[in-house]
Amino acid sequence: MLRYIGKRLLIAIPTLLIVSIFVFMLQKILPGDPALVMAGEERDPQVIAFIRAKYHLNDPLIMQYFYWIGGALRGDLGISLRTNQPVLVLIGQKLPVTIQLAIMSMIFAFAIGIPAGIISAIKKGTIIDYVANIVALSGLSIPNFWLGIMLILLVSVQLGWLPASGFEMFTVDPVRSIQTMIMPAFVLGTGLAAALMRHTRSAMLGVLKSDYVRTARAKGLSENVVILKHAFRNALLPIVTLSALLFGQLLAGAVLTEQIFTIPGFGKLIVDAVFNRDYAVVQGVVLCTAFGFIVMNLIADILYVLLNPRMREGA
Amino acid sequence: MKFKHLLLALATSVALVGPGLAAEFKIGLNEDPDLLDPDQARSFVGRIVFASLCDKLVDITPGLEIIPQLATAWNWSDDGMELTMDLRQGVTFQDGTPFDAAAVVANIDRSQTLPESRRKSELTSVEKIEATGDHQVKFTLKAPDATLLAQLADRAGMMMSPTAFNASGLDFANNPVCSGPFSFGERVQQDRIVLNKYDGYWNADAIHVDKVTFLPIPDTTVRLANLRAGDLDMLERLAATDVKSVKADPNLSEAEAVSLGYQGITVNIANGAGAGSPIGNSKLVRQAFSWALDREAINQVVFDGAFAAGNQPFPPTSPWYTKDLPVPPRDVAKAKALLKEAGYDKVDVELTVANNPVNQQLGQVIQAMANEAGFNVSLKSTEFATLLSAQSAGDYQTDQIGWSGRIDPDGNIYSFVVTGGGLNDNDYSNPEVDKLLNEARTNNDIATRKSLYDQANHILDDELPIIYLYHQTWIWALSKDIKGFVPYPDGMIRLEGVTKG
Repeated sequence: MLRYIGKRLLIAIPTLLIVSIFVFMLQKILPGDPALVMAGEERDPQVIAFIRAKYHLNDPLIMQYFYWIGGALRGDLGISLRTNQPVLVLIGQKLPVTIQLAIMSMIFAFAIGIPAGIISAIKKGTIIDYVANIVALSGLSIPNFWLGIMLILLVSVQLGWLPASGFEMFTVDPVRSIQTMIMPAFVLGTGLAAALMRHTRSAMLGVLKSDYVRTARAKGLSENVVILKHAFRNALLPIVTLSALLFGQLLAGAVLTEQIFTIPGFGKLIVDAVFNRDYAVVQGVVLCTAFGFIVMNLIADILYVLLNPRMREGA
Repeated sequence: MKFKHLLLALATSVALVGPGLAAEFKIGLNEDPDLLDPDQARSFVGRIVFASLCDKLVDITPGLEIIPQLATAWNWSDDGMELTMDLRQGVTFQDGTPFDAAAVVANIDRSQTLPESRRKSELTSVEKIEATGDHQVKFTLKAPDATLLAQLADRAGMMMSPTAFNASGLDFANNPVCSGPFSFGERVQQDRIVLNKYDGYWNADAIHVDKVTFLPIPDTTVRLANLRAGDLDMLERLAATDVKSVKADPNLSEAEAVSLGYQGITVNIANGAGAGSPIGNSKLVRQAFSWALDREAINQVVFDGAFAAGNQPFPPTSPWYTKDLPVPPRDVAKAKALLKEAGYDKVDVELTVANNPVNQQLGQVIQAMANEAGFNVSLKSTEFATLLSAQSAGDYQTDQIGWSGRIDPDGNIYSFVVTGGGLNDNDYSNPEVDKLLNEARTNNDIATRKSLYDQANHILDDELPIIYLYHQTWIWALSKDIKGFVPYPDGMIRLEGVTKG
């Protein structure tokens, strides 16, 4: 198992390299000159020339890439043009915030999506199934930003139950941290819950028709045991794959959700960086996200093996 | 149900903690400021934070008169080549360093020589500065500069502790030390900037707030929701479309001031690939375009009437506004006649706008109005950094862009229309305008300057290298228990005299 994990992580290195080259080139294709943005409204030619020289913006593209990758290999992801802070420091500040948001959203997503999926599969064709489907589809179709603003207006402004902003790090003030994170996590979680519900439902439907479930029932096992122990466990496989993929959707959703709830996480970091052509930050964040993806997929693969004994030999 | 109880308990605990922090003031900003170093800073929003953090040599009144702040008196030599300033005594920086002539010299020197400094162009006229006493400095200029005092009323005049910037260099931005009413507490990027009352402030009696927290909340709806929920005490740049609902809310109040800046359409006359279009080539076509627009209707439709229609680089509220050139009404017949005179029935115009909902709506209103006069306007919307690059490179026909405005009139006009000016992105050139504006920036007599700007405005109104449209209004929304806030046309938030509760 350890060898398998090691091998997978080694394969990640060329993947990250390709991602870094790709992102680097994409950024350079983007119109908009960072020196012009950084020089401020006055656009003093002296300042523009200085910024171009300082950040090697006049050098050939390939050289710029080598400056960057050289630093990255030594653990230096560069300096943010906008704030003068090391990119690593910025990532270190923002990553825990987004991870907290991701975990809390996933909790909402699982808590809503999986039970809803199981119930609608068991009650297929009944009114409960239809209601669950309608709710799930609404979760998918309601835009994050709209739901976010509505929640703020209802929960914070009208009811005054939760603060509308003012995020605090979990390590500093856990209660405040969770308070400020409930609404954004819910908003993100509902979108994911819908997808989870649909997949759980169809996976369950497939499994419930299989022979071993019929056998289990024939053995006289209680319906709860049949569903939770026999059927659901096997239905989990596609759900695990989906969850790893949803992680990406989660990060994309975090960009908008963090803007609305002013959560100082990865999403806000990358949005500001792109608009300011803060290349080093964009590059660092994308690399970090790509790595996160690889790790999530690896975890999914490991979970497969744990869930499905038939796959253990292959590992 | 239990979850609801938990929420209620949490909310109550927050509410109970609330009143203990009565002297804390939370301000919602439209975006996250950039570097908190007056020499390196470039954003408008950063200046709002500086207004609490860093005092300047001079300040302005809401009517744009220059008044003392760290300099108590000043005097121009007869030839306008020397400016002597007496400095306030007994002032200390927030790290205890005394404020004196040597500190001012070190500050101006840093602004002029730091490679990263964005203030160089604002201080180009300064040949040298020297201490002529413990609390007196003398600026010697290369040429007379009527704009210098106004520059010293902004970032170029903000005084930082030399002890701090000598020790921290570029890192000063992460731990700024000035001599303003509040000292730097902490900053979390994109989240908050916290300032604490500086007890050694020379005017500490006027400060009634113990702690200020600036919170960048880019979405205007969310920013307002935060104010309504009590998570903010005030916010800047309320959306024009929200003014009515704030005025109707018994818990909120609203304040506004017409800004110093302008918004307009820059027409590419001779810069790069975008030059050579009919609207760039012919002033008659530009005049026709201008007559086709109903500026007041634009203000009503796009901004709910909260902004000010305009036709000059200075807003109608400015003492520098040329009064015999009022904002023109719409005249479609005249526009059509001018097009005919220029030899056209129909003119194609490409207008680039920034890709946000407000600017796109503005573009569409302009498109519809101009269409009725014979213009076929195609809108091209791009993200702002791209728009800026395209404009600078001349890769545009016309674009909608603005300027945040400066205290001195020179800052709103000179660089944009003088031949070869730093912000003259349409390559407009008229020797007469050059002559008038060069004279205006070196003459310290206000009446003479006014007359020079009037003459220049008449030429610009005829040739229209920039078709001015409107002037933004700074709109603040405040919680009802905030008293004593005075709106300024520079959009800053000055906390002197402001009380809470």
